Parts: sequence; structure tokens; C-alpha cells
Amino acid sequence: MRAAALLLAAFAAAAFAQEAKRPSPLKPGPEFQSPDVRALQADDFANPGMLWVARGGELWRAPGANGKRCADCHGVDAVSMKGVSARHPRHDPSLGRLTDLSGRIDACRTRYQGGPALARESPDALALEAFVAHQSRGLPVKVSTEGPARAAFERGRALYFTRVGQLNLACTHCHDERWGRTLLAESISQGHATGWPAYRLEWQSLGSLHRRLRACFFGVRAQQPAAGSEDLLALELYLAGRAGGLAVEVPGVRR
Amino acid sequence: MAIARLQVPSTVRAGEAVEVRVLVQHPMETGFRREADGRAVPMNVVHSLVCRLGAVEILRAEFGTGVSANPYLAFWIVPPASGELVVEWVDDAGAKGRVAAPIAVS
Repeated sequence: MRAAALLLAAFAAAAFAQEAKRPSPLKPGPEFQSPDVRALQADDFANPGMLWVARGGELWRAPGANGKRCADCHGVDAVSMKGVSARHPRHDPSLGRLTDLSGRIDACRTRYQGGPALARESPDALALEAFVAHQSRGLPVKVSTEGPARAAFERGRALYFTRVGQLNLACTHCHDERWGRTLLAESISQGHATGWPAYRLEWQSLGSLHRRLRACFFGVRAQQPAAGSEDLLALELYLAGRAGGLAVEVPGVRR
Repeated sequence: MAIARLQVPSTVRAGEAVEVRVLVQHPMETGFRREADGRAVPMNVVHSLVCRLGAVEILRAEFGTGVSANPYLAFWIVPPASGELVVEWVDDAGAKGRVAAPIAVS
């Protein structure tokens, strides 16, 4: 009986190793922010990210190029979007590739609203993404890393552990081995992306996760992958798998 | 179209002080920044903001380059009578914004 239990535990550990290597205890982004920034995020009125959420709500109800609104298919109050952000990025069968939430929204716009795709990082793209992601706030992140998403997940894992740039650092060196310590005035987080798109005080604007990841690549003086590239999508998937169980908190506020 | 938010209790007891909170989406461009090619980004800030309750002016604010993007204001008022609380602002590009909420004093 005990041997069986041990065997089971060993299997569980092996299965876990197949998933992501996770810091313990798991801490979401706000725990590494100062109290004033945490208070700003918690205040639904003063949180500047809510301006983008409000704008996204307007876009949700506004007619697209062919007169169809998001609300016509999905409902006016966006309840149908609950949990959608917690499942992204995911392998979308209709697109045949891995896509993040902003890519999925674009697919909807081009396919059903007859409009051009929104440019990544454009105000409207950020607003819609923030509005949709906001509907999942409080729900645990749960992405699929199996089946068709497996290859991308492994690609993301490889990126996460590969040293890059003149500083020759991989994500893991800060976000697994040195979280809780400081880089000059900044505390190093565990790198969970549950608050993105987030309002970053440094940018004085809401920004996408890909913009934030590119800033990390810039920080270690590496070449930055393009926003929306397969590399960043794969990394986003790996991060989401690694953050599994943490609650979505869009719109986050970060320094 | 700029987005703005205004928060104020819809019903107030006479003589009671209430908090008014305003959040305006605006880049508050200082005029000190330059594009990658060296061209100066023209200054564009919300230079004046007025809050009125009915015909009474409650608050007038003048902002400069020291105010961060998406300015946030919070202040307390004792509304003398029911009316519509209106916040209006103008930026350097001439764009005007307005947000309003009714207050009922009982």
C-alpha cells in the first residue's frame, strides 16, 4: 500500500516536471508592488486601466464595418466572455495555430465584422482586449498545454530557459531563482502575467503583455522578438501554464 | 473620443459632505519629448478643468506639464441643492471633454 502510494507520488512528481517548473509559494504580481500601486489596482474607480475597459465596452456595443456588433453574437453584457481570457493563449482549431486573446479578437473582427484587423498595441485593440479579459477577473488561469498546444508550450519552455543578450540571462535566472530580491529600486516578481494587459506607470498607459516581454528582452540587451510573433506567443503560453491556478486580475497596475 | 469617469453618490442628505472623483483619459504630453527623428512632440495637456453643480462653480483647476497622464482628481463638496454635477475640460489642442452625473439632495 505504502509502495503504491510512493509510486503514485513519483508519478505525480514526474507529471509535474512535465508541466512548468513553478516557484513556491506561488505569488501573483501585486505582491511585488508597493502598497500604493496595489491600492491603485484594487480601486476600481481610480485604476487607470479601467478607462481602457470602459472604452472596450463602448467598442463591444459599437457596430463593426458590416454593421454587426460584438454584442450581436456574444450578448450585450459580455457575460459570455467570462473565463475566456483564463483559457488564452490557446490553439484555435479554426485558425489552425496558437493565438492569444488579441489575436482571437482580430479573427472575430475580420471574419464576422468585415473589418480590418486592429494593429497590435493600438488603443482600440488594447481596450477590447482589456474589456474581454476583465470579464474573467478572479477566475483561475487554466490553459491547455496538451495536444496541439504542446509543441508551442515546449518552445516557450525552451525560450524561458535559454540565456539571451549581452547580459546573458534567461527568464529563469530572475523569475525562478531571484524573485523577491531587487534590481536597483525594482523588486523582482515571479513573472506571472495574470494582470496583463496592465497599466504600467512607467508607460503612463495600458500596454500588452508582449510589450512588457519585449521590455524584458531589452533589459537584458537581447534582440526583441516582434509583438505577436510565434516566440512571444509560445512564451506567453509557457508563462500561463506556469501561472496555472492564479487569478486573472486585469486590468493590473504595475510600476 | 476621450473616455472619462465621474463618481459621486446619486443621493445625498442635506449638509452632508460627499467625495467627487474624476478620472480623465489624456496623454498629458509635456512638449519636452522628441520623436526618434528629432521632431519635438507638441505640448498637449488638459490646461483647465471646471466642475459645476447647476450654475454654481465648485472647482476650477489649471494643470501644467507636471501632471501625469490620465489625471485623477478627488475632492469633497457639500451640495447645497439637487442638480447636475458637470465636469468640463479643454486641452491645448482645443479638444473639449464633458462628463456629468445627477445629484439628488434630500
